[in-house]
Amino acid sequence: MGKVLRYLLVGIGALVMLFPFAWAVITSITPSDAVLSVPPDFTPEGASLDAYGRLLETLPFWRIVLNSAWIGAASTTLQLVTSAMAAYAFARLPFPGRGALFAVYLATLMMPLPVLVVPLFIEMRAFNLVDTYFALLAPTIASAFGVFLLRQAINQVPREFDEAAVLDGAGHFRIFLYVVLPLIRPALATFAIFGFMASWNSYLWPLIIIKSPEFMTLPLGLATLHGQFTTQWDVVMAGSVVSVVPILILYVFAQKHVIASVAQSGLK
Amino acid sequence: MSVRQAIPQAPPKAPVTHARPRRRGGWRYAGTVALFLLPSLVPLTLYTLIPMVGSFWTSLHEWDLITEMRWVGLGNYIELVGDPDTRAAFLHTLYFIAGYLPLVYLGGLGLAVLLNRAMPARGLLRGVYFLPVITSWVVVALMWKWLLNPASGIVNWALGLVGVSGPGWWTDPDWAMPSIILASAWKDLGFVMIILLAGLQAIPREYQEAAMVDGATAWRRFRHITLPLLSPSTFFVVVISLINGFQVFDQVQIMTGGGPGGATQVVVSQIYDLTFRYGRAGAASALSWLLFALVLLVTIVQIRGQKRWVTYG
Repeated sequence: MGKVLRYLLVGIGALVMLFPFAWAVITSITPSDAVLSVPPDFTPEGASLDAYGRLLETLPFWRIVLNSAWIGAASTTLQLVTSAMAAYAFARLPFPGRGALFAVYLATLMMPLPVLVVPLFIEMRAFNLVDTYFALLAPTIASAFGVFLLRQAINQVPREFDEAAVLDGAGHFRIFLYVVLPLIRPALATFAIFGFMASWNSYLWPLIIIKSPEFMTLPLGLATLHGQFTTQWDVVMAGSVVSVVPILILYVFAQKHVIASVAQSGLK
Repeated sequence: MSVRQAIPQAPPKAPVTHARPRRRGGWRYAGTVALFLLPSLVPLTLYTLIPMVGSFWTSLHEWDLITEMRWVGLGNYIELVGDPDTRAAFLHTLYFIAGYLPLVYLGGLGLAVLLNRAMPARGLLRGVYFLPVITSWVVVALMWKWLLNPASGIVNWALGLVGVSGPGWWTDPDWAMPSIILASAWKDLGFVMIILLAGLQAIPREYQEAAMVDGATAWRRFRHITLPLLSPSTFFVVVISLINGFQVFDQVQIMTGGGPGGATQVVVSQIYDLTFRYGRAGAASALSWLLFALVLLVTIVQIRGQKRWVTYG
């Protein structure tokens, strides 16, 4: 295939990928009365940040951004801690029924979220936890996927390292902390990225469990905004732009690792 | 008698005793095991295992989330199997998958092949294609709903420029599902591309070079070397896409809410509506389990069938 044709195809493709983002930005600064004008205006006259102002009036937007950020961070941290510890137990500690218990963990991986949301909602309601931060966080405290991924990584750490530490008088907790964890850092990073993205983007569970604006996360806040103002596309796009920026910054810094970890997941 | 047989075989080496697996620990480590395991076992039990059991229990009842549960046995399942709305929801889900999967796979494959060779700014380009993957579904769905706005959307305006009068997209029952498929393929293209790109780069160059020496055309090399060696990555993409495809929800909920006129009502939207709109938690749970059974069946069939077309090089 000709070089020129190849560049042309890849270039057009890249524009198709970027255009919706660019158009969201343009729409967000277009004056409200011109948003629905046909033909569309690529360099809107009287461009203003007015939509961003209205966004802040309509929703406690900064609080929602903050909610998303800290819940993402908390759920990632909790999952890292709980999964790494369980993974260590499954990889290094002999105990009766280990194989069976690991199979139970794996079985939960196959459960699609829709199967769980109804009883989970009922459970949360029974404990009076609907519309709380805890309810948002609860289903993401532990991750069977994480246990599976990290156990694989720990299995690749040579046992001689543990044994050397044992000779030095270390117990399991110290081996875990000072020998195993540092050696599985790449796997921990991969899992952290997946975990944060999943939390940051999750929609179905918050949609069901959260009612008040002050507990909302970004996806839910945006969806609500859209429901309230079907026609105020400038405000909706302003919200979209603001919600993309943080994850975009994170992505620019971590791009190499994100792409590498996703690529890795497809290799046998 | 050959020389080989004449030489006596050396007796197998005795196993090195201290390298043998030690006796099972029994309950010796019980305290440590509990310490390491409970932080994940407790939440997993509370927020996954109990709901799983609860979901199955609920599916055997009629329940509006308020008044007392009423035992109906397999009644919900029997009703769902004969229910035209449920059948429609499964059909719409299959429609989504049938449109989405070929689009995202062929698009991703094309991109991966194009980006596999050295070119300026290749890393940046990969980043650009991956951008929608990290963007939340809500944002993507809103952006596409705006682009595909029937009256003032930029897509219909652009189509107008070339003399095509654009359809009503998500307001037209015939075009609503294609709108969702389009947005979904756009979002996931980068994911598929990265997986296939990793697969392409794992293929040893020598294979291609040998075929080139033999005078194989580019198409034949692609067809008989690249595609078979890419089959493990393809298998992964297909399995993941099907599992996700059967559970499609976020984009549907935001772009069409299942409409217009139920044209995009998929299985998960149906589960959502049954619970929170019609107050039928039992039927919703039963439908969840039917979906789970179907996903499990399809996944098992694929894993069984992979021998026939997946080659591990």
